[in-house]
Amino acid sequence: MALLKISQVIIHDPAQNIDGVVGDLWIRDGVVIVAPSDPSEKPDRVVDARGLVAMAGGVDMHCHIAGPKVNLARKMRPEDKRLAEPVRRTLETRSGTVGSVPSTFATGYLYTGMGYTTAIDAAIPPLSARHALEEFHDTPILDKGFLILLGNNHYALRQIAAGEPGRLRDFAAWLIKSSGAFGIKLVNPGGVENWKSGLRGMNDLDTPVQHFGCTARQIIASLAQAAMDLGLPHPAHIHCNNLGVPGNFATTLATMEALEGRRAHLTHIQFHSYGGHPDDQSLFCSETARLADYFNRHKNLTTDVGQVLFGETTSMTGDGPVGYYLSKITGRKWTNSETEMEAGCGIVPITYKEKSFVHALQWAIGLEWYLMVDDPWRIAMSTDHPNGASFIAYPEIIAQLMSKNYRDEILARVHPRVAEKSRLRELDREYTINEIAIITRSAPARMLGLSHKGHLAPGADGDVTLYQPDNDRRRMFEFPRYVIKSGEVVVDNAEMRRDFAGRLLHVRPGHDTAAMPDIRKWFESFYTIQFDNYPVDEHYFDQHTVVDCRPGG
Amino acid sequence: MTIDCASSLPVVVSNSVCTQCGCVCDDIGLVIENGRITAANNACDKGREWFLGNHEEGDEFAFVEGKPAPLTEAIDRAAQILLKARYPLIFGLSDTPCEAQRQAVALADRVGACLDTTTSISHGAFGMAFQEVGEVTCSLGEVKNRADLVFFWGTDPATTHPRHGERYSLEAKGLFTPNGRSDRFVVVVDVDETSTAKKADLFLQIKKGSDFEALWGLRALVKGLATRDDIGAQTGIPLEVLKALAERMKSCHFGILFFGPGLSASRGRHMNAEAALGLVKDLNDYTRFYAKPMTGPGNVTGADNVVCWQTGYPLGVHFGQGFPRFNPGEFTALDVLGRGEADAVMLVAIDPAEHLPVAARKFLGSVPSIHLSDNPKAEGNDRATVLFLTATYGIRAAGTVYRMDDVSLPLRPVLATKRPTDEEVLVAIERRVHALQVESGMKPSSSSKRAR
Repeated sequence: MALLKISQVIIHDPAQNIDGVVGDLWIRDGVVIVAPSDPSEKPDRVVDARGLVAMAGGVDMHCHIAGPKVNLARKMRPEDKRLAEPVRRTLETRSGTVGSVPSTFATGYLYTGMGYTTAIDAAIPPLSARHALEEFHDTPILDKGFLILLGNNHYALRQIAAGEPGRLRDFAAWLIKSSGAFGIKLVNPGGVENWKSGLRGMNDLDTPVQHFGCTARQIIASLAQAAMDLGLPHPAHIHCNNLGVPGNFATTLATMEALEGRRAHLTHIQFHSYGGHPDDQSLFCSETARLADYFNRHKNLTTDVGQVLFGETTSMTGDGPVGYYLSKITGRKWTNSETEMEAGCGIVPITYKEKSFVHALQWAIGLEWYLMVDDPWRIAMSTDHPNGASFIAYPEIIAQLMSKNYRDEILARVHPRVAEKSRLRELDREYTINEIAIITRSAPARMLGLSHKGHLAPGADGDVTLYQPDNDRRRMFEFPRYVIKSGEVVVDNAEMRRDFAGRLLHVRPGHDTAAMPDIRKWFESFYTIQFDNYPVDEHYFDQHTVVDCRPGG
Repeated sequence: MTIDCASSLPVVVSNSVCTQCGCVCDDIGLVIENGRITAANNACDKGREWFLGNHEEGDEFAFVEGKPAPLTEAIDRAAQILLKARYPLIFGLSDTPCEAQRQAVALADRVGACLDTTTSISHGAFGMAFQEVGEVTCSLGEVKNRADLVFFWGTDPATTHPRHGERYSLEAKGLFTPNGRSDRFVVVVDVDETSTAKKADLFLQIKKGSDFEALWGLRALVKGLATRDDIGAQTGIPLEVLKALAERMKSCHFGILFFGPGLSASRGRHMNAEAALGLVKDLNDYTRFYAKPMTGPGNVTGADNVVCWQTGYPLGVHFGQGFPRFNPGEFTALDVLGRGEADAVMLVAIDPAEHLPVAARKFLGSVPSIHLSDNPKAEGNDRATVLFLTATYGIRAAGTVYRMDDVSLPLRPVLATKRPTDEEVLVAIERRVHALQVESGMKPSSSSKRAR
C-alpha cells in the first residue's frame, strides 16, 4: 500500500513527548511521513481510528524464538502443545502449534497479533547462525535480529587473557559480520566454559577461568569496551554469572561495578536479584532495592526484567549449568547441548506455582524492578521468553503494572511469606499508558539503537498498533484492532489478513584484516567445519537492513 | 558456484559438502573436467562413489502417467491429485536440502496432508526417547577437542560413517586432546566384532537383545546400587567388567556415548535409547558425559529440524484438521501405508526400495502418486502418476544440509542442471493448489478442515 492514513487516533508516542493527543498518522511506502501538504493527494486507504489508541509497534529486545536451542525445546516437548489452542491454517496463513515454544509461523503471527513488530533473539551460537536465519525465514512479519554468544568463546577468552583488546575487537567484528548478528551477548561469562571443562559451583568474578586464565571481571569489561569501540548500536548484552542462585545479587552488583562506567545492558535482571544463601532456602529474599538503587544512579546501564508469571513454561538458556541445576531441582527431562569453541545450552520444563515460595518471590522481584526503576527509558518489558513465561503474557504484565489493586489481589493468593520477603506491597506506583508505551517499544528500541523504531515521528518505520481503550488492560493489549507493519495492514479490524516476510536487522562493524591469519589458524586447529564454510552467505539474510555502527560516537 | 560445462580445463572446487552419511564432511575438493566430476579429494569411498557416480541428466524431466509432459501440465496434475485426495501422504524428505523440505511442509499444510520423513523408520526410536528424558549432547567438535572416553554402542562408524574417527572421535587432535587417539580410551559394545571394534581399546560383545539390561545395570552401578547377580549371564558382559566400566565412566573428564541402530532399532527400541540417555544424564552428577545418535545418510537431521520448527513436532504430523497433530504409529508413513489409509502419495527424494518394506511398496502402486526424484531408475518412478526428475542436491542443486549434530552447512552446486530443483517443483505445486483454492471460492481467512 503506497499511502495510508490513520485518522483521528489518540497518539501515545513518548519519544516525541506525545501523551494521548488526537491526530492523524500518515505512512507512505512503509515509512511514517508528515501529512502531505497537497490537499488533493488522496491516501490509498484511510483507517478510521476514532477512539483508538496508537502506539509504535512493540519491540521485544530479549526473547528466544529461533535456532538450535529453541528447536530442541520444541522437539523435546510434544506434551506442551497438546493443551494449547493451535494456530489454524487459512488460505493465506500457515498453521502452527503454540505452548511455551510456538512453531515459527505461529511465533510471527502471535507477536504480530499482539501488536509487536520487532523481536531480537538473545542467544545464538555463531556456529548456529545459519540455522537461526533459516528459522527467521519461516517466522513471518516480524523484523528480527539476533545476538551472538561471545562470553565463553575460546578465541575471545584467549585475547582477553593475553591483554589484546585490538584483536578481541577485530575478532568480535569478524564474528558478527560472518554470522549476520545484531550484537553481542555474554552468558555467565567464563562460567559456561568452566562447566564444559568439568567444574561446578558458584562463579565469582575474580577466579580465573580454567585453562584460559582470564577472569569474568576481565571478560565483562573487555567485551563491553569492544562493543563500544566498534560503535555497535546495542552495547554488550550481559546475562550475569550465577543466574537463579540465592545470594547472587552480590555477583550482579559486582558485574555492574566491573563495567566501570562502560555502557551495558543487564538482561533478565529478576533472575539475578536474589538474597540468601545457596544452601538455605529459608534465607531466600529479594535484593531488588539494593540493586535498583545502584542502577538508578548509574546511567550507563539499561536492563530488561525477565518477569516470571505462574504456569507451565520451558526454561532455555545458553547457561548450561543452570539447566543442570534446574533438572536436579525439578527432576524433569533435561537437554544440554554444547557448541564447540563457543557456547553451552540447557533446556528444562518448569511450572511456576503460586504456592511455591521461591516462584512467587521471583514473580514479586520482577514487579519490584519495574516499580523501583525511576526512569522507564532504562527498563524494558521482557519475560525472557519463554523462561519466565511466554511472550503471550505481556498483556498480563501490563495489567499488573497499571493496577496496584490487581497486584494486591495476586499477592494475597500466593505464598504468604512473599509479602514479608519483598517490598511489593508497599510499592504504590501504577504505570501510565505512556509509561507502558515506553517499556514495551520506545525504550527497547532506543536501547537497541534502532532509531527508526519505537516511535511515530516522520522517518520511523511504518509499524503502528491501534488498541481499543479498555479498563480491562489485559484485554486491551491482548487484542489490538489494527496492526500495521511496514505500512501494510496486517491485523485488520482484529483479524489477521496478511502474511509476508519481515526483515533481518544486523550490523557490519569494520575490522582490521590483518587479524584474519591468526583467527584462521586458530579456527582450523579446533573447529570441525572448514573456515570458508563458516561465514553465512549473504542470501541467507534475505530481506535485511544493516543498522549503522558508530565507532567513537 | 556452477561450473561452466563447456570448459575443458579442470576446475577444483574446495570445501564441498558430502551428504552420504551423518558426518557431512565439508572439506571435499572436487575436480571438474568436461562437465563431469573426475576426482573427490579427501572423500571416503562412499563419498567418492557418490561424487564420481553417474549424474547425467536426460532432456525430459516431467512425466504424467509415464509420458513426457510440459512442466505446467505435470504441476497441475499433481495439484489436482493432492486436492482431490481425502488422505494424502507426503513422505521422504531425507535426500533434499532444507529449502525443499520447508516447501514440502508448506504444501502438506496447504492440502491438509499427512507428513512424515525417513526419520520415523531410522532413528525415530531415539526421537521418542528424547521426548521422554531429554538428551545431554554436544557438537562433534566438543568430542574432537575434549573427549577422553568414547563409546560406540550398536554402531559401526568404520563402515557407516567412514571419516567419523578421523574427523571427530578417534584420531582427531584437538585443544585438550593434542595426541589424538592416544588421549582417548575407546569402548565398543556390539553383538559382533565390527570393524570399529577392531580399533577399540575395549570390545564388549553383548548378547543380542540385552542392551536395555546392560544399560540399566550400568545406571545402577554408576549410582553405587546393586544390580542383578546374573547380569553377566543375561548380557554376556561379566558383572566385574560392568563395574569397572561404570568406574571408568565416572572418572573420565569427558565421555561420549555414540549409539546406533544396534541399540535403538533392536529389542526394546526407544526404551534402549531412553536407558542410554538416562545413563548419560546420571553420569553428569560425577563428570561431563554426552550422548549422540549416529544418524543415517542424507539430510535427515535437516528434515527433523525443519519439520519441527514449522510444526512443533519432528515427524509423523497430520494437517487434516487444519493444524499440526503428532502421533507416531498413527501418522508415521509405514503405518499409514501398512494400513492402506492414504489415497494419494507424494514421495519426495526417497527411493522406496531403500526405505520401505514390500507391503508398503506394493500399496504405493495402488493409489495416485507423485514422485520427486533425481534418479530415473528409483523404484516405482515408472509407475508414478506424475514424476518430476529433479536436480541432484549437492551436485547440481544448492541448499542447506544439517550434520548429525545439528550443525548446518551450505551446499554449492558444481554442475549446471537442465532440471528444476525439488524446491522449485514444490513451490509451483503449492502455488497451483492455492490458485485452485481461490478459484473454488475459498475465502482468505477461512480455515479449512479436510474430511477424514
